[in-house]
Amino acid sequence: MNVITDNLDLFFQGFLKTLGICIICLIGALILGTVIAGFRVSPVAPLRGVGTTYVNLVRNCPLTVVLFFIAFGLPEIGINQSYYVFGCAALIVYTAAFVCEALRSGINAIPAGQAEAARAIGLTFTQNLGSIILPQAFRTAIPPVGSVIIAMFKNSAILGAFGVSGDLLGNAILLTSSRGQDPTAVYLGIGFFFLLITIPAGLILQYLERKAVILR
Amino acid sequence: MTAENVAPGDDSATPKSVNEPGDQAALVRLTGVNKHFGALHVLRDINLTVTAGEVVVVIGPSGSGKSTLCRTINRLETIDAGTIELDGRPLPEEGKALANLRSDVGMVFQSFNLFAHKTVLENVTLGPIKVRKARKADAEQQALALLERVGVATQKDKYPAQLSGGQQQRVAIARALAMKPKVMLFDEPTSALDPEMINEVLDVMTSLAKEGMTMVVVTHEMGFARRAADRVVFMADGQIVEQAPPSTFFTSPSSDRARDFLSKILTH
Ligand SMILES: Nc1ncnc2c1ncn2[C@@H]1O[C@H](COP(=O)(O)OP(=O)(O)OP(=O)(O)O)[C@@H](O)[C@H]1O
Ligand SMILES: [Mg+2]
Repeated sequence: MNVITDNLDLFFQGFLKTLGICIICLIGALILGTVIAGFRVSPVAPLRGVGTTYVNLVRNCPLTVVLFFIAFGLPEIGINQSYYVFGCAALIVYTAAFVCEALRSGINAIPAGQAEAARAIGLTFTQNLGSIILPQAFRTAIPPVGSVIIAMFKNSAILGAFGVSGDLLGNAILLTSSRGQDPTAVYLGIGFFFLLITIPAGLILQYLERKAVILR
Repeated sequence: MTAENVAPGDDSATPKSVNEPGDQAALVRLTGVNKHFGALHVLRDINLTVTAGEVVVVIGPSGSGKSTLCRTINRLETIDAGTIELDGRPLPEEGKALANLRSDVGMVFQSFNLFAHKTVLENVTLGPIKVRKARKADAEQQALALLERVGVATQKDKYPAQLSGGQQQRVAIARALAMKPKVMLFDEPTSALDPEMINEVLDVMTSLAKEGMTMVVVTHEMGFARRAADRVVFMADGQIVEQAPPSTFFTSPSSDRARDFLSKILTH
């Protein structure tokens, strides 16, 4: 167990870096997922097509494939970034497809009369989406979106495995491979620090869910 | 007002010439309107003109197309053939222009459809702020006055689900009025209400009618039709079968369908 106490700084730095990745990807995936969901319910058919294609392509590919596609495909067309940026981009692109579908389930749960009443007072589609549909969809979709986000937090470990250094998993690999530490203890520690992210996230979600209930 | 209905069953009829001269006050004009839901022909050659300040009550058996008619006027339902004009202008197909037009047409639904995540006050101020770009303080002041007028000002900070049906419907009327509409559409505004709440809503509607609001009202409330309507439009099977002032319509309807319908609803 002193593997953990001896390397507490490494664990702690890894924790901070992973937390940073989680927060960036949380924001990115929520924004991108919301935009794609907007596409999917848009009255404009080509936008719907883009949304549907995106979801079907991305959701049905393994995360690793998305990651490799971005990290090795984009440099081919002249876009060069660090593994860190590519890794975050892949996680965002991948998770956004799931956020989109979770949100869409929330949108479908809203009674049709809500959007109709909004149209009847003269809101444009975008205003309707922004003022009526999405605020209600977010509230009803907190549990499914939350599951997607927590899954993403855990998926963030793939960045370390992929070669991004300094995050929790990257440091675990450093400790076990280069420094020959006992993997059982190291991964016990890594697991603990992941729980330090996911369990509070779950609690925050429960709180939001309680607060956001819409009376009908 | 004379009945201007076209012979039944003539689906292929092309729309008639739209602008009859000397009829400037026509606020809503439907000409040769046809609509299908799949194989179902829900609106058959509808010709209907509503002049400014007029109160038109639409009645008819269930499934006759009353709601659909009402909803085509602000293009919540599209039509297959014919033209619909508001204040002399054809309804835009979509986009910003359509949104703009809708802001001039107030609509009150059977199921209220108040925005569930917004307070009563926010429900009424949303349109003026988002669509009319009114300042929040001005919109709130106007909203309070309207809520006062429909008798629910004390509920302004509650959410719709915390209100009774009658209160919700009065808020919905205030929400529509906040847009200063040229015409108000009501689709069975009291049908979802408990009996003791029907009158509080009808009273608000009656006073609106007295103040000169142009209204198209789908309702089964014959008392309201007698009291407030300038004209009753009777629909059956997607057609306007007959239209007449309420006094004429209720005492001596000219069609068998209307007589039959009236005998059913007035006896119980
Ligand atoms: N969205 C829709 N899709 C398919 N059919 C529809 C749709 N809306 C209405 N209909 C059908 O069109 C016909 C006319 O409906 P509409 O709601 O206009 O009748 P209504 O006169 O308002 O009847 P009610 O008094 O029951 O409200 C009905 O047969 C109905 O089942
Ligand atoms: Mg109806």
